[in-house]
Amino acid sequence: PKHYFSHREFSFTLKDDVYIRYQSFSDQQDFEKELQKKCPYKIDIGAVYSHRPKDHKTVKSTAFQAQEKELVFDIDMTDYDDVRSCCSGADICSKCWPLMVMAVKILDRALREDFGFQNLLWVYSGRRGIHCWVCDESARMLSPQGRSAIAEYLTLVKGGENQIRKVNLPDKLHPSIRHALEIIDHHFLDYIVKKQDLLDSEEKWKNIIALVPAENILLAYLSEDFSGKLGKDTRSRWKILLARLEEAAKKDMIKGHVEAEIKLQLCYPRLDINVSKGINHLLKSPFCIHPKTGRVCVPMDPKTIDDFDPFAVPTISGLLEELNKVEPGEKDNEGKKLKDYKRTSLGPYVQTFEAFLRGLESSRKGRLIEQSDLKMEF
Amino acid sequence: MEFVSRTRTKGRTGDIKKVIDDRYPHRLQLYTHPPTDTISLQEFEELAVERLKVLKAVETVGITHQKGTSKYTELLEKEISATKLKDSILRTKTGQPEKEVENRQRDHVSHFILRLAYCRSEDLRRWFLAQELDLFRFRFQMEDAASKAQFLTANNLKYKPVSKDERSYVTKQLDGLDYISNQDDLEFYKVPFTEALDLVRNRKVFLQSGYAYVPQEDLVSILLSLYRTQLSQALSITSRALPSMEEDGRLLPMLCGLSKRYLGQDYGVRQHNVGVVTADMIEMLSKKSFPLCMQNIHAALKQNHHLRHGSRLQYGLFLKGIGLSLDEAMKFFRTEFTKSMDVDTFDKKYSYGIRYNYGKEGKKTDYTPFGCMKIIMNNPPAAGDSHDTLIQRFLKQRISTFGLPKEGVDVIMKYTKGGHCQVACAKFFELTHGISDSSSEVEMFIQHPNQYFENSQKLLNGPAKPPSTPRGVKIVSSQTGTPKSSGSETSIKSEPADTADPMMTFSEEELQALDDEML
Repeated sequence: PKHYFSHREFSFTLKDDVYIRYQSFSDQQDFEKELQKKCPYKIDIGAVYSHRPKDHKTVKSTAFQAQEKELVFDIDMTDYDDVRSCCSGADICSKCWPLMVMAVKILDRALREDFGFQNLLWVYSGRRGIHCWVCDESARMLSPQGRSAIAEYLTLVKGGENQIRKVNLPDKLHPSIRHALEIIDHHFLDYIVKKQDLLDSEEKWKNIIALVPAENILLAYLSEDFSGKLGKDTRSRWKILLARLEEAAKKDMIKGHVEAEIKLQLCYPRLDINVSKGINHLLKSPFCIHPKTGRVCVPMDPKTIDDFDPFAVPTISGLLEELNKVEPGEKDNEGKKLKDYKRTSLGPYVQTFEAFLRGLESSRKGRLIEQSDLKMEF
Repeated sequence: MEFVSRTRTKGRTGDIKKVIDDRYPHRLQLYTHPPTDTISLQEFEELAVERLKVLKAVETVGITHQKGTSKYTELLEKEISATKLKDSILRTKTGQPEKEVENRQRDHVSHFILRLAYCRSEDLRRWFLAQELDLFRFRFQMEDAASKAQFLTANNLKYKPVSKDERSYVTKQLDGLDYISNQDDLEFYKVPFTEALDLVRNRKVFLQSGYAYVPQEDLVSILLSLYRTQLSQALSITSRALPSMEEDGRLLPMLCGLSKRYLGQDYGVRQHNVGVVTADMIEMLSKKSFPLCMQNIHAALKQNHHLRHGSRLQYGLFLKGIGLSLDEAMKFFRTEFTKSMDVDTFDKKYSYGIRYNYGKEGKKTDYTPFGCMKIIMNNPPAAGDSHDTLIQRFLKQRISTFGLPKEGVDVIMKYTKGGHCQVACAKFFELTHGISDSSSEVEMFIQHPNQYFENSQKLLNGPAKPPSTPRGVKIVSSQTGTPKSSGSETSIKSEPADTADPMMTFSEEELQALDDEML
């Protein structure tokens, strides 16, 4: 018998950054009660354990084991600071948001087509990133080695501050890389020209030129080209760069896929591998309120990700206002009384969530206990 | 080998063949069933030690050479041939079936014995798993295609190749724009991606809907995945069962000590070189023939005119091992220490410890100098200690003062960062003594600081001179020849320090208390 809910670990972040782990509850009521009592600022979801997490101290440490957990991914815009010029740190704007759009598309395709996962929930983290919850049973049962293998399969950008060229492709490109490049190409020109204007000034373009293999005399040409007559804006400069690369390839001066490597370094998803590796890693729950922005961590529909606007996401204060104005008594299509929150701007996001839940149910394994009502009580 | 097994008592060729078919249908196996034979304690220990040597060879060769290359294969074969398990591990010209059964039994039994020894902790399990996997890969790749296929059948592994259509589809996906049709003589096996994690991780395999299409040449990867899962689980189960094992105290202590086992030469004080080294020679010798760990201690001693307890022990015993007599040791330490304290303090607090090292105090055990394993594992330095942590030993700045070639230094740093300081030390030895990689004098890795010293002296001065000490000290000679490269002449000795530890701890505390007073 599955004690899914009662053996699930939650963690709360309370006032003054007090963090408590190993919270667990016997049912929805119990959960509601605790929430109202403790009023956590943030709720994280962990693994389903062999015993009730809140009783973990009474069990022998070797017997208390994490048994399953969704496969999760966390992408943080801060990790792209070296390739975005509009913002840095915790900020995001419409110029760099396309990076998240591309990340969702690339990862969604890989997880579904390559790995065969079907029940994915994408969530906006409320400020500077996105999460993905893979809830298929096969995903939940994955070992840490399995999780890290998937995360590594999905990692192409490697290296810290001291590594200038962070993408190194082998001669033969794996199909997943080709698919990723297709997706990137769809957005690329718009992104580097209209959004980032990446080759706008010498300060900006020297970072891009640095990505061309250093052994090349191309480097010398490029700086001149860019400052010259023909290089008048980002678009033309990018064309020049491509032309030079092609020239060099024909003369056998460079090998491999320099253009692809540049594109990938600029746009390929950068995930935090540690979040995905551990079977007991805790991740913020969907529908939490982000303490710094007040935004709700709403689900995103990958099929309409191009239209997702992180800045139009409902905030807690906005929702409270809306709730005050809502008229009671409205009925939905089936004649049932509509819950208030569904008539606020949170409605569409809840619908996305419910579609996801239906998917899970139809896989006959869904027991995600996300009680979105509860979050509304703050 | 005296394996007492039921089938063997029949002894006829036909029945031997049956044993092979039933129990060991293939030279290789995944060790799914524990052996049910009876063997003597002596064989138990011997099998354990020999397999340990094999695994250590696997580890070392894997660090210094890239796996799968011909150099790797050659070197590993050579190292394994030096052990008593060589017929069980390496391919032999299959002679009599009886010999073959015995070989396979030894492989089987030795693996399971080491499981017992290495299941106790996470670190040990991880190490054992890693080496056994590498060993399996090494052995599997040596088999021909027919043998590999037979292995699959023997183990009921139903990896079927995919249909021709699927094959072309997969090849098309893999080659993309470079696709050349009708080039599909490559076979693919379709397995759930969870069984081919290593290939998935490195994007070396085509994935679709959760299945990996593994080319024939990468079959070993799937097997390793399988083996890893099975062995990992088995080790966990064994470790949980261990406490309740009914055992009469003959096996467990030996097993527990196995991982710390020093498998090489014993550098006890009963050597023919006692008295050859005097206090004033130490300075010069330290620069020429001391391993870095000891050089560091020496340097610290010269600088601070003091050493903390752990360093005194390690260094003191080492000096004893190179031939420093008790009198000379006393002279040496007194000279240094009294530069920062008066003679009375030295005599009161530190001379006891020095005499202790030579077995003149306390329990009066003549302690052997520490081997590398013991130094690395038992004596982590605290702040203020001068004996090193693994990384410190080979701090780049220190090494660069020796004027070594850059590539050499890089290699040493690489080994150090990977935590393989014994290999790094061997490389350091190579470079400082100007010997090349392929010379037969070269050890794969250093197991004992005194080994380093002796090898160095041998290289610099020629073989050890006949005993003629200028100090007239009595020569006690019971050494069985000079040490050669590890693996050929090894005497199996566990260090007496193990059993002496309780005693040491007591006086350690005592001396420690004095230490604390001092600082």
